[in-house]
Amino acid sequence: MSRPGRESYWRRNLQMTAVLLTIWFIVTFVVSFYARELADIVILGFPLGFYMGAQGAPIVYVLIIWWYARYMNKLDSEYGVRETDAEP
Amino acid sequence: MAEYTTPLRRYYAFYTAGFFVFILVLAILERYGMPPRWVGYSFLFLTIFLYATIGVLARTASVSEYYVAGRRVPAVFNGMATGADWMSSASFMGLAGTLYLSGYQGLAYVMGWTGGYVLVALLLAPYLRRFGQFTIPDFLAARYGGSPARLVGVFATVLASFIYVVAQIYGVGLITSRFVGLQFEIGVFVGLAGILVCSFLGGMRAVTWTQVAQYAILIVAYLVPVTILSYQVTGIPLPQLTYGQVLQKVQVLEEKIFADPAEIDARQHFRQRADAYYQRILTLPESLADERRSLAEQIDALKSSNAQMREVAALERQRRELPATSEDARKYWEDLLRESGQRASAPEHHVTPYPGSGETANDTARVNFLSLVFCLMVGTAALPHVLMRYYTTPSVREARTSVFWSLFFILVLYLTAPAYAVFAKYEVYTTLVGSSIAQLPVWVSAWGKIGLVSIEDVNGDGLLQLAELALNPDVILLATPEIAGLPYVISGLVAAGALAAALSTADGLLLTIASALSHDVYYKVFRPQASTQWRLVVSKSLLLVVAVLAATVASQKPATILFMVAWAFSLAGAALFPALILGVFWKRANRVGAISGMLVGLLVTIYYMVRVQFDNIPWLGIQGIGMEPWLGIQSTAAGVWGVAAGFLTIIAVSLIGSPPSRETQEFVESVRHPEGDA
Repeated sequence: MSRPGRESYWRRNLQMTAVLLTIWFIVTFVVSFYARELADIVILGFPLGFYMGAQGAPIVYVLIIWWYARYMNKLDSEYGVRETDAEP
Repeated sequence: MAEYTTPLRRYYAFYTAGFFVFILVLAILERYGMPPRWVGYSFLFLTIFLYATIGVLARTASVSEYYVAGRRVPAVFNGMATGADWMSSASFMGLAGTLYLSGYQGLAYVMGWTGGYVLVALLLAPYLRRFGQFTIPDFLAARYGGSPARLVGVFATVLASFIYVVAQIYGVGLITSRFVGLQFEIGVFVGLAGILVCSFLGGMRAVTWTQVAQYAILIVAYLVPVTILSYQVTGIPLPQLTYGQVLQKVQVLEEKIFADPAEIDARQHFRQRADAYYQRILTLPESLADERRSLAEQIDALKSSNAQMREVAALERQRRELPATSEDARKYWEDLLRESGQRASAPEHHVTPYPGSGETANDTARVNFLSLVFCLMVGTAALPHVLMRYYTTPSVREARTSVFWSLFFILVLYLTAPAYAVFAKYEVYTTLVGSSIAQLPVWVSAWGKIGLVSIEDVNGDGLLQLAELALNPDVILLATPEIAGLPYVISGLVAAGALAAALSTADGLLLTIASALSHDVYYKVFRPQASTQWRLVVSKSLLLVVAVLAATVASQKPATILFMVAWAFSLAGAALFPALILGVFWKRANRVGAISGMLVGLLVTIYYMVRVQFDNIPWLGIQGIGMEPWLGIQSTAAGVWGVAAGFLTIIAVSLIGSPPSRETQEFVESVRHPEGDA
């Protein structure tokens, strides 16, 4: 990869990482912070605050990781760095 | 890859099917009169035999196979192995009980132990795989130039992993003693044998493939009882979806039970008891003498009135348990005061976040919840036995995908744990509370015998009030098969699952400690010229020594075992997380900055833990060191301060010093880009 290529690859990686970490932060800390206020909204029989802690947040986490793996693996192909399965 | 993966899938499919057949055969044998004890033995020995077989088949003499399973583990299987590696006896046995006892507050563990994988996936796993060496200290040494950084990394790795492995071996001892009736100390060493057969001959390679096998057992064992219970209660065998409805019923029951006059009366009795203990503490040392005299009088009075022998024996035991000195008596009564006080206080609703009366209590609960979540997440992303697993995938791509599979397999258990808690609560509220104490279900007395359930009719009305029932958290998971009225074979299955969870985590941890000592300290620092064979000999001997040491500590039954697990997370997070993250994302971080940051993070965390948790350490002769927690944060979340201090120190010290060398900067570049210098 050329030097500008490397830089734009790294920049796009950082941008995606930042976006996903922001989602992670909101789902984890912001939502939990307001859990008392969210208790009045009921979803599937759960108060929303409880639901987010028990199921919502973990499901968002697994989706974040899935999306990141997909995005980065595509980015690798786009920049022609698709490695073989052998030892690098 | 495909030609390697397909036969693997077939093996493990056969294996899982075989395990189901085994359960079925045992169920039939039990029908025809096989005693429960033999069912327990069959599960214990068959599963350990199975792990040993895999361990022997996967034996190896190659360094790469021994430390990183030859880097040939496909993403899905590495995900399963990470799941088993990750889920310890605390997840398997403790989590459901914690959620039962503390409701919403317990969700900190669910979020913390899953959300940490986001940090692993986005900030660490792909870069560590790109680096492609053997251990976490390897990375620190390569990034921060040499032995000092490596040794600090080794120290943190060994400290956190050792605390954690002691907790696992302790768990093994509990399981074998409860289900098979072995003595606790013997159980610990039987478990130790189970751990060693996996890791001793084949290192990471053997551990990986046994962990995959252990994942299958532990997840089946976790899902079966609660799925059947869900079917019995709601008609739908999907506990993760149905527990919402049951939760609503629980909320209605809570309203009714909490306001019941008999319930309030029972709590009042505990309040009076707490007040009495408080009086005694205030009037020490006279109260101790008074208490001894009054017990003696009661015993004499009973003996002369030809009372039941049992009552006399109970009083005599009370007198024996009475502490000898005024200092011990203070501690003894303070514990009793705390217990009675807790049972006297109004119970919390299951779904209420940050309970407590008044804004301040709510805010403290919230700060503690959020900081515990933070520590558990950062600790997850810094515990070396998890991170090491991402060295074993064939490529960076597979490492990324593998984190997804890890969390996927972990979620299967974590999304089910809250359901256990809610179903158990529903059963307790509908069938136990308010019923006659003389006619409680069999499981209550069965678990009562070994002290996991205790019942005391304080108000003497012959009925069970909620306040009169005390449950050990572990019992929620262990008793669910009996609550659902299932045959003993399912209890045996749960025990096998709990054993698999503890053994798989212990395997991973022991291997991590042994690798850190043999690879990082012995080979990299002291004897770089050591031959391959000799390195493996050293590693295996160290594994043995560390395992025996951990089992010895565990057989002492350290009292603060639950705290210890949370401490391991805080310690690992504070010492390693900042240095690892800045090592990848900030080229300017230099050697002195990283080393001082790791040390400061570690020291701040230890300082906070010790001073908040202990007031004196008798074996060091230290007294009166207790302090008020900062912002009310408990010692289990001490890592909050340590991680912050670690980041600040690395940044500040690095900025004062000079930037790292050209080679180091190029090293960072190579880790960031998958094709690197090829």
